[in-house]
Amino acid sequence: MNSLVLRLIATRVAVSLLTLLIVSAIVFGATELLPGDVAQAVLGQGATPDAVTALRQAMHLDQPAWLRYVSWLHGLLTGNPGLSLVNHLPVAGLIGGRLPNSLVLAAITTAFSVPLALAIGITTAVWRGSLYDRIASTLTVSAVSVPEFLVATLAVLIFAVNLHWLPALSSRSGVHGLFGLVRVYAMPVVTLSFVVIAQMARMTRAALVNTLGSSYVEMALLKGARPWRIVLRHALPNALGPIVNAVALSLSFLLGGVIIVETIFNYPGLAKLMVDAVATRDMPLVQSCAMLFCLAYLLLVMLADLAAILSNPRLRYR
Amino acid sequence: MSVPLRATLPPRRFRISVTGAIGLALVVFWLAVTAVGPMLAPYPPGRIVGTDVLGPMTHAFPLGTDYLGRDMLSRILVGGRYTISIAFVATFLACFSACTLALAAAVKGGWVDAVLSRLLDALISIPSLLFGLVVVAALGSSIPILVLTAAVIYMPGAYRTARALAVNVNAMDFVRVAQARGEGAWYVMRAEIMPNMVLPVLTDFGLRFVFVVLLLSGLSFLGLGVQPPDADLGSLVRENLQGLVFGAPAVIMPAAAIASITIGVNLLIDNLPTRRVSRER
Amino acid sequence: MNADRPLVEVDALRVLARDDSGQERRIVDDVSFSIGAGEVVALIGESGSGKTTIALSLLGYARAGCRIAGGGIRVGATDVRALSAAGLTGLRGRQVSYIAQSAAAAFNPSQRIMPQVIESAMIHRLMPRRAAEAKARGLFRALALPNPDRIGARFPHQVSGGQLQRLLAAMALITDPELVIMDEPTTALDVTTQIEVLRAFKAVAREKGTTTLYVSHDLAVVAQIADRIVVLRDGAVQEIGHTGPLLAAPRHAYTQELLAAAAPAVRMAPPVARTGERPPLLRVAGLTAGYGGANAAGMPVLPVLRDIDFVIQPGSVLGVVGESGCGKSTLARVIAGLLPAARGSVSLDGEALPAKLQDRSREQLRRVQIVFQMADTALNPAHEVDRILARPLVFYHGLRGGALRRRIAALLEMVQLPARLGRHKPGELSGGQKQRVNLARALAAEPSLILCDEVTSALDTVVGAAILDLLAGLRRELDLSFMFISHDLSTVRAFCDEVMILYAGQRVEFGQRRALLDRPMHPYSDLLVSSIPELRTGWLDGISAAHLAEASGGIAAHAIELPCAFYNRCAVRVEGVCNLQKPPLRPLAKGAEILCHRTEQELLAAQSPQPAAVLVH
Repeated sequence: MNSLVLRLIATRVAVSLLTLLIVSAIVFGATELLPGDVAQAVLGQGATPDAVTALRQAMHLDQPAWLRYVSWLHGLLTGNPGLSLVNHLPVAGLIGGRLPNSLVLAAITTAFSVPLALAIGITTAVWRGSLYDRIASTLTVSAVSVPEFLVATLAVLIFAVNLHWLPALSSRSGVHGLFGLVRVYAMPVVTLSFVVIAQMARMTRAALVNTLGSSYVEMALLKGARPWRIVLRHALPNALGPIVNAVALSLSFLLGGVIIVETIFNYPGLAKLMVDAVATRDMPLVQSCAMLFCLAYLLLVMLADLAAILSNPRLRYR
Repeated sequence: MSVPLRATLPPRRFRISVTGAIGLALVVFWLAVTAVGPMLAPYPPGRIVGTDVLGPMTHAFPLGTDYLGRDMLSRILVGGRYTISIAFVATFLACFSACTLALAAAVKGGWVDAVLSRLLDALISIPSLLFGLVVVAALGSSIPILVLTAAVIYMPGAYRTARALAVNVNAMDFVRVAQARGEGAWYVMRAEIMPNMVLPVLTDFGLRFVFVVLLLSGLSFLGLGVQPPDADLGSLVRENLQGLVFGAPAVIMPAAAIASITIGVNLLIDNLPTRRVSRER
Repeated sequence: MNADRPLVEVDALRVLARDDSGQERRIVDDVSFSIGAGEVVALIGESGSGKTTIALSLLGYARAGCRIAGGGIRVGATDVRALSAAGLTGLRGRQVSYIAQSAAAAFNPSQRIMPQVIESAMIHRLMPRRAAEAKARGLFRALALPNPDRIGARFPHQVSGGQLQRLLAAMALITDPELVIMDEPTTALDVTTQIEVLRAFKAVAREKGTTTLYVSHDLAVVAQIADRIVVLRDGAVQEIGHTGPLLAAPRHAYTQELLAAAAPAVRMAPPVARTGERPPLLRVAGLTAGYGGANAAGMPVLPVLRDIDFVIQPGSVLGVVGESGCGKSTLARVIAGLLPAARGSVSLDGEALPAKLQDRSREQLRRVQIVFQMADTALNPAHEVDRILARPLVFYHGLRGGALRRRIAALLEMVQLPARLGRHKPGELSGGQKQRVNLARALAAEPSLILCDEVTSALDTVVGAAILDLLAGLRRELDLSFMFISHDLSTVRAFCDEVMILYAGQRVEFGQRRALLDRPMHPYSDLLVSSIPELRTGWLDGISAAHLAEASGGIAAHAIELPCAFYNRCAVRVEGVCNLQKPPLRPLAKGAEILCHRTEQELLAAQSPQPAAVLVH
């Protein structure tokens, strides 16, 4: 670690924080666009004007937008993002109940997909141009093109409907033992991993192929190094930054996929909560969920950039 | 011999490969469907014509019937046109505005570049489907809203690509020559930089188009996209989901249709002969 | 092994390359030569001559798209073409080792240097790691590398280009291979760096008796190192001979052409009449410029040029010479208005040119045109040649219709290109043709001054010589002035009236070409001029110890901010003066001026016996 690397890291973190601030303004602004009066919407058409006015005051809707933005931001930071419009429960509590479920799903998917994707990416790069590479490339292109709900519906059709191996719906309640756990998570994880693996394998392959085309790899070949030594000692260490970058960026695909997957499998996670909130126009809940998703995305992207900085020997040793 | 080493890369081939040809065929097929598909529909897509709901493939209904007994083939022909034309307009808006902004950022540099890049970087960090959900929650899901939302969502990504391209071209000496001649920013953008970005920008257009199709289908699948009585391919999957339990073609076919559009475009792009950059000095 | 038998024999070698359309083409055709044990043989040729392909085939290696299709390759007792994949890995790095042109690219950036240098010894299990490291340190010492005991612990990006190239040599020699292949090992280096690297290579090769195949395009370099020369063209052998006789009396016409191009004839215009009534065309005074914004003192954060003064007379050619990073290209950009100067003035015909492009009038812009080194990037690949030439004609002269077409045709004729090329895009032209179009575009503006930035450097010698001829002709016909930037003294010598030498952004010497290049007086000019390899054997061995010490010094950190940028390398520096005070501008009797604390007499005395060399004119 030297001062340059520390400065680059600090800059990168600061940029992420600034981006998060802009994102919060966008999320808040987007929900401000909601036509009609929220208080009216909450109370329904039959409400008396007095009741509406009272609720407006209670919700601080009479204040200017920037003031509400600041207090909303303050609420987010202090872990108190307000009450749900629908069931009047604290948003923090609603999210707290669902977040662990989504994290477990994401963790299992990551643990499942990263090794597999790296294996595919590295082997296709090493044997590039071979039949294996061409077939794998076509399959991964197809996989990234397929909507998650198609994968999910096919999975349900095959495993639950035709083979009766797995339940069509997921629920963590009443899960007993490892086998039960596999039965519950298998389909959501496979569905999510499908796109993530394909994406990650493609990016890994590209990063490694790029390195394998460099002069120092040719030099290693001319020193008499055998293929695997070339890959392990010369190509991979230099492709590490781009590969970690690829992994982080591909995992950000999870964030989109999880929305569809939780809905289809009726999985009680954060995304399902958010989709339901959208359907009921429960804005405080939508805003908070959206901020959590953006935070996760920004963390992943920042991780990718930090990996690139830290893996560069030109920056580490000056 | 100062040619950069490309020792271990396989030789370039200029003939389009088999997979590329499959992609091209799929793209041409769907373009034809968009153009004339509804005219070929055997039944009016909204009319209940079958006695059987979620029926199997028969002579009368080649792709079965839907949950109300409407002809699936007709509905897919019309729904496919919806999906493709909405996605096309949205992608066009996204790529066009992205290119314009990217050129301005590359040529003007300085604070124009900094502000644009920072703002659009923030926009890109909102997961696309989530952004769509928030906007739809706020503004509802009319078709203009859907188109604009998709355009706004994918504009930052297109901007990133286009800006990288424009900055690369802008670094070339021929741009310096034009500036030293006294040419204005508009001429430099239009005549010097843009022509050298066309091919990669078109490739990027294809990629974004796939993303938009997936996003819109996803929204429709969640019931937040195109609203009844209109239906795009995603809505067709959703409304017939109950048929999943017995594997009705009414669920499988529209989903397969989406996949064939996106796989087709991606296969084509993946196998495009990359234009050879002149490496001789 | 039979003592009479040469160590390496290449017999009727044929290599095929597959082009874009899938057709196979011969890139090496029926090439035969041999290398005796301990001999240094050079393969010489221009780009596309197949010299690298032949060299690599001795390692049993052909780059992607190429394949060795016929002929025999024998190294020692090994028939290279009969080897299996495992046999080849046994050959490479052990029996035959390779030194690549760009050491910076050939070193793995993420590994320290030592493990890379000894890697082939480890792969082939020749010795324990400690022994290999000790041997490497010995080689570092023999190759005159600084800090031989510690340099191995550094990363490649932490050492200079010249040092990396020598480290690459250590990597090749660690296994005591039977044959070492050096592929243009000094081409990417500056001339002053080149001599130290060449000296180190030669000393080690001589000491170890290493059999070497030296690949190069530069006859003068090869003359210093090779016992025999193989001249190649288009993948076929033109001539093979011992170095001395081949240089003295080339038999083959192509060898003669190469020799002629290596020492270009002087293409002088008649001396410019110095009449008092014509003011200088361009006057640059006190120019300071750089990148990265200005600091509190108004100086750029990264200064590139400092206090540059010079004039260009109407109709004359100023050569600007210096090594990479000396600021010569930046100077052209500042004059063209692409980079506003931080301080100082540029005036054209006595009228001050605004620093910023936007503030200059169209007429001012028209009169100064810039021509970039790389025609590849200077011509828009999306435009046809006609369109490229039409734009300045429309922009500056408002031409259209028939007049425009006629003028384009005239311009193409002026640069000796057929009119039909106008309908082609730059990508379809050869390197020389592109550079002509590049020139024609500048001519289209009908400028007074053309700034040429290394316009012949990217071209093969013969093609570059033709461009120089063209420039000389245009100058006579059109009464043009040029600022001609080059790192290559022989082209400057051939074309310029006056010469300015830059070192680390400072102007160290300025004067008449003959006065300066035949009798360089500033210590740096002297080093630079004497570092250019001469086309005779024995030149390298005759370089003075003082020059060698200066050559291996390397440029100081932040040299531009020192009173004298050359101080740390200078053989005649005065401690306490040169490092503290700015050197004065000193006019010399020979008709030049230098920035130096030493007087002309002191410098003359210090210059060790004038090189007896006859400069080839």
